[in-house]
Amino acid sequence: MSAIVTLVTSVMLGIGGVWAAYNVNMLPVSASTNAPVYDELFRVLFIIGSILFIGMTALVIYSLFHFRRRPGETGDGIDLEGNISLEIFWTAVPAIVVLFVGLYSYDIYDRMGGMQSLSSHNHENHMESNAERLWGGIGSGPIETSSIDQSSSLPIELTAMQFAFIFHYPKGDIISGELHVPVGKEVSLKMESKDVIHAFWVPQFRLKQDVIPGQPTILNFTPTKSGNFPIICAELCGPYHGGMRSNVIVDEQEDFDIWFNQNAKETISSL
Amino acid sequence: MTISIQPTNNPPEKLQPKGWLKYFSFSLDHKVIGLQYLVCGFLFYLIGGVLAGAIRIELTSPLSDFMPREVYNQVLTLHGTIMIFLWIVPVVNGAFGNYLIPFYVGARDMAFPRLNAVAFWLIPPAGLMLITSYFINGAAQSGWTAYPPLSITTPAAGQIIWILSVLLLGGSSIFGGINFIATILKLRRPGLKLMQLPMYCWAMLGTSILVVLSTPVLAGTLILLSFDIVAHTGFFNPSLGGNVVVYQHLFWFYSHPAVYIMVLPAFGLVSEILPVHSRKPLFGYTTMVFSIMGIVVLGLVVWAHHMFTSGTPPWMRLFFTIATAFIAVPTGIKFFNWVATLWGGKISLNAAMLFSCGFIVNFVLGGITGVALAQVPFDVHVHDTYFVVAHFHYIVYGGSVFVIFSSIYHWFPKFTGRMLNENLGRFHFIITFIGFNLCFAPQHWLGLNGMPRRVAEYDPQFQLVNQISSVGALIMALSTLPFLWNIFQSFFYGIKAGNNPWHALTPEWLTTSPPPVENWEGEAPLVLEPYGYGKKEPIEIIKTEEE
Repeated sequence: MSAIVTLVTSVMLGIGGVWAAYNVNMLPVSASTNAPVYDELFRVLFIIGSILFIGMTALVIYSLFHFRRRPGETGDGIDLEGNISLEIFWTAVPAIVVLFVGLYSYDIYDRMGGMQSLSSHNHENHMESNAERLWGGIGSGPIETSSIDQSSSLPIELTAMQFAFIFHYPKGDIISGELHVPVGKEVSLKMESKDVIHAFWVPQFRLKQDVIPGQPTILNFTPTKSGNFPIICAELCGPYHGGMRSNVIVDEQEDFDIWFNQNAKETISSL
Repeated sequence: MTISIQPTNNPPEKLQPKGWLKYFSFSLDHKVIGLQYLVCGFLFYLIGGVLAGAIRIELTSPLSDFMPREVYNQVLTLHGTIMIFLWIVPVVNGAFGNYLIPFYVGARDMAFPRLNAVAFWLIPPAGLMLITSYFINGAAQSGWTAYPPLSITTPAAGQIIWILSVLLLGGSSIFGGINFIATILKLRRPGLKLMQLPMYCWAMLGTSILVVLSTPVLAGTLILLSFDIVAHTGFFNPSLGGNVVVYQHLFWFYSHPAVYIMVLPAFGLVSEILPVHSRKPLFGYTTMVFSIMGIVVLGLVVWAHHMFTSGTPPWMRLFFTIATAFIAVPTGIKFFNWVATLWGGKISLNAAMLFSCGFIVNFVLGGITGVALAQVPFDVHVHDTYFVVAHFHYIVYGGSVFVIFSSIYHWFPKFTGRMLNENLGRFHFIITFIGFNLCFAPQHWLGLNGMPRRVAEYDPQFQLVNQISSVGALIMALSTLPFLWNIFQSFFYGIKAGNNPWHALTPEWLTTSPPPVENWEGEAPLVLEPYGYGKKEPIEIIKTEEE
């Protein structure tokens, strides 16, 4: 009887987990091409995790309740030292789950653009001297700056220091404390730190990349929603680490052009 | 091999103080050293806990208003370092390892008793050094990871003392590891095969292999870091051509295995406790042994999953994702085997059992978030956030610390000859479990929604959840009080335990409580079936309650 109650309860909790994955908002607004793909991965991981966690917890609670020593009861439990088929079963099940999760997240990683630099560019890159080497975060495109398509992506340079982010737009020679980008256009951030390690994190973009001194890194992303999102330093960088914040302002193309032309050293017709 | 049966010549009796004084001496008795580790570790746990409380107080409000920012960074650095190097590692390895391993292999002491005493006595000075560095120009403030160039640019005195302290603690750990390997492989009683040893021996063998292989790498790395600070060399200093990412590789080559150094012995202890209190053999002994060794091998090749956002090439990210995720397989086997050990047993719902089952539940959650964090695309969002903070506290507190409490309830009768109060123990479990989950479960949400770790200030939208978390921390702090009261009260007035109150079959229970200096009055018993429950005539469980 108690077995049935436990089974029913855990199945209902499992269904509750699936429901929660689809209906409870556990992540911030999604505002880049990266984010919906990320949220899909999160949902799958959450469902698998909920089922495993609830299943194991239910098994433990059921065992503790059902096999508890009743008052006045003496003696040992059953003499059961193992079972080969069971061992094979619960080696295989986690192996299959892990394999599935691994392949699935590889697919997600690929869709985010994480595998792009596995191309031949990468090989040449290894030949370059250390100072010249760029390492890409997820969503990075080709890692040589020369091969970034100037027409389709907006190149921006980020310099991080204790305790600020400084953005430089090579076209127009703009220096800004906030990141202004247009909706729907790929941004290519080349990042380097002046002092210690910082990290560039926009939760709404689901992207993070360390900003490293002496080791430029690159991060590509495409915003999909206009708005004002926080840029957060995620790597301990000193006393004011918690206050090292900036904003990314995602505008419609026209509004971005207005801002750009107001600030550019030389007027450029269109970006 | 005969040395394990004959009474040894060491220690010379007259040089060893008697009574309580021996706990403050350079004792060579493995049981005394084990208890020295345990009590010393617990004192450091209280200090680390006060620091955790300070962090949670600071985070009840979005502004940095409780302590200066530099002090906050010192507090979080000391909290991490103390909890890892002075509490969990010494207690799950040093305390229970020293107390139990000689019993389990049928020896009268560890292989190298003097090395053992040296290993313990390195800990109090290292810990005191670390804590006093706060009063000399401030403690280290670059986190327990001490990433350069931050660790090179913050005030040097505190950082150098931190490095020296961790080097001493690492040395202590290596001495202990060598001693455990030698004792388990070479001091086994004749007739006792490796596959007949209690599971904790296997856990300690695996852990000690990790300690001996990886701790020297940390030591070397920290020595290079200290050169960068003191002698202005450029190993990790980018302005002198050094590479900061290389430090991270070297650091995590130790510090990921360090997680297994904290949890594998806990796995071993749980494997001893569950069969006793469920009166059933440990399920799947052989697969348990192989899964420990599987975790040891895999644990050495997963370190770069701490560096997915550090600028690691894509192929490296993929390799470490796959290797990390596969640790779930041997770990999963262990958890299924523990549940199968409970299945069909006659379970006593005492404090030791409850804490062990609490460990299973907490660790499963920590393991699941661990597999998620191993996935590169998932990790790039939550890396260095409160999600990670929640994850590793589920592993090291929900896992290892729950097991430490479980072990104290289980072995206190052997240590002292008196029982702990079970009702207080169950109460202690309930409030610890509630406080712990209230403190750390909400932190998953904080991380997912944009709160980075190691900050003294945060977005006002996170205030409510942070306050819930702080209430959980307060409950955790208060949960220590019934435990301490139980220990003091039971130590003096607890009911007499007798030699074997749990009717356990492992060798430490086949002697008096507390055991004599060389463990057994006569010859060491040969225990071939440490988990032979259900085979013999039913035995009566004695009443452990005060009724």
